[in-house]
Amino acid sequence: MLKIENLHARVEEKEILKGINLEVKPGEVHAIMGPNGSGKSTLASVIAGREDFEVTEGNISLNGEDLGDLDPEERAHAGVFLSFQYPVEIPGVTVTNFIKAAINESRKAKGLEDMPANEMLSKFREKSSLLEIDRKFLSRSLNEGFSGGEKKRNEIFQMAMLEPKLAILDETDSGLDIDALRIVANGVNKLRGKDNAIVVITHYQRLLDYIVPDHVHVLYNGKIVKSGTKELAFELEEKGYDWIKAENE
Amino acid sequence: MDLNEKLLSSFIAFEDKVNVNDEVHEIRMAALKRFEQQGFPTKKLEAWKYTSLQSLLKKDFSIFPGSKHTLEYPTVRQYFLHETETFKIVFVDGRYSSFLSETTHDGVDVCLFSAAIEKPKYKHVVDEYFNKIADQTDALTNLNTAFANEGAYIFIPKSKAPVKPIEIVHFATGATPQILLQPRNLIVVEENAEVQIIERHQSLGAVEAFTNSVTEIFAHKNARVDYYKFQNDTMKASIVDNTFIEQHNSSEVSIHTFSLGGALVRNNLNFYQRGSHINSIMKGVTLGSERQHIDHYTLVHHTEPDCESHQDYKGIYDGRSVGVFNGKIIVDKIAQKTNAFQQNNNLLISDAATVNTKPQLEIFADDVRCSHGCTIGQLDEDALFYLQSRGIPKKEASALLMYAFANNVLESVKNAALSKRVKDMIAEKLGVKIGFDL
Repeated sequence: MLKIENLHARVEEKEILKGINLEVKPGEVHAIMGPNGSGKSTLASVIAGREDFEVTEGNISLNGEDLGDLDPEERAHAGVFLSFQYPVEIPGVTVTNFIKAAINESRKAKGLEDMPANEMLSKFREKSSLLEIDRKFLSRSLNEGFSGGEKKRNEIFQMAMLEPKLAILDETDSGLDIDALRIVANGVNKLRGKDNAIVVITHYQRLLDYIVPDHVHVLYNGKIVKSGTKELAFELEEKGYDWIKAENE
Repeated sequence: MDLNEKLLSSFIAFEDKVNVNDEVHEIRMAALKRFEQQGFPTKKLEAWKYTSLQSLLKKDFSIFPGSKHTLEYPTVRQYFLHETETFKIVFVDGRYSSFLSETTHDGVDVCLFSAAIEKPKYKHVVDEYFNKIADQTDALTNLNTAFANEGAYIFIPKSKAPVKPIEIVHFATGATPQILLQPRNLIVVEENAEVQIIERHQSLGAVEAFTNSVTEIFAHKNARVDYYKFQNDTMKASIVDNTFIEQHNSSEVSIHTFSLGGALVRNNLNFYQRGSHINSIMKGVTLGSERQHIDHYTLVHHTEPDCESHQDYKGIYDGRSVGVFNGKIIVDKIAQKTNAFQQNNNLLISDAATVNTKPQLEIFADDVRCSHGCTIGQLDEDALFYLQSRGIPKKEASALLMYAFANNVLESVKNAALSKRVKDMIAEKLGVKIGFDL
């Protein structure tokens, strides 16, 4: 599904990703772990098409389609979804309107009509109950005044509504208390399927107790320095990142 | 012959068309004399520092319309809010169009200024109100007064309200290719009365219209006036809108100005409070593009205690457009417990767009709450990426952010049909099909 080959990226003059290789197959969950500043969030942004980062070498493809020349919205239409570490507050645009616009713009790009109102409504009902989201929440301005947990839950709700092929969850566990973490993880697990894939980016192993990965990768200094199974995450939790750093100095 | 000379020599021809033996004409002649002395405003005047009329005044405007041009309703339907659910006072090239209008005298008077100054039954109203608050130190206002003859006349007696909103619509057809239009509106809302008015100026085709409009609004005790100005004219049309409002005890007047179209747009909006517990509301959304020049010049004069004023203007400027906001608030010494708020927020979309924003507070009372804030910023790149990453294309994402930016003002439009119309106009201007009423 997702294939990243020898990916190098920089912001201004600083090279942050220094040759990433990663392949994610349909139905898989991959975790990318690593110390702060290792390039985890940059990788997520580059996959989603953020213009601040310049890809200097290598390529990213989704189901064989090269994402390199696509704008962020085109990548979304192709099935990429990024759950933001810091979702942006947009006063004046309600959660509902935002999601409706997102769904209908994606449909428009595929040559489809707007989603019929009744279909939209039942989809909202179904997915909001999945994430235990109150109806009142939907008419609030997007992320404005939301708690950290509400923001993250809202991200996963958007994911549920948009049904992406590839979801990248960037530090989705940060700012969540244990109850919110359980709800969010539960939502993500229900969205897992044989045709989609999830990349979980996280600093801690905690989230991986709930969203169990098939593969764990350690990103350090812009490269994947270690890959393994979920046991690798336990090892990192136990030993910290120092041994990774020591091995790669 | 320049426009100034042309106007003065046209006055004689104008006198052939109107009754020259009444008080109204005395007022016109005095106004003309003041205009002669003042001449058109130049950038040397503080109030016109950022806005120049010079290139506009070089055009060869006709002072009177040429051959009569009639319009069929279906061809101009789109410019009205509603076919049947509004009263309409409609002018085509400055002439009243009875065909397109729907006036009334049923409990309220919604009719023509020209009729009001002719008929004895309205004489006392005209004598009491006409040109009483229009600024005599302002040259363009004086020019309008000198040629004052046609416009809307609205009189809402005590405790009355028209059964539906009133639309005042001016069309310029191009039958006269360059035309100066000077509508004069007189609006009196008596004690406990209410009215909702929508005003629009629309050029059809390539006509170059220059509108110099004056509106006087009197809101008596407990009166409520909601006034909406739709400025969505072609890029060849220009307008100077001079609006004067006198408010009495516990009245509330709100003016919303949506400035989307027009080459040069200048709004002189003047509120004079003459009582206590008055609320004056000024709100605006401006979307400038190309080489548009859009200027809002507001004045609120607080003269009595316990009053409020609220100003909120949102400006979004693209292309090489220029925006101006000058907000003057005067609080007299006696006007204690005044709450005066002013907000002007601007977004610059292109590097070549400009905004000049200037609050002017003159506060002589010591127990007041006055605040003002102006900001100039750009679209938030993080927000743009966030929206794009959800599949919303850049153009639509920008439009959504601009709409969100203006949302505080848009939200305050109470009439649902009007609110939808404004949002549609904004979407059209931004070239997106995204419905903001999703």
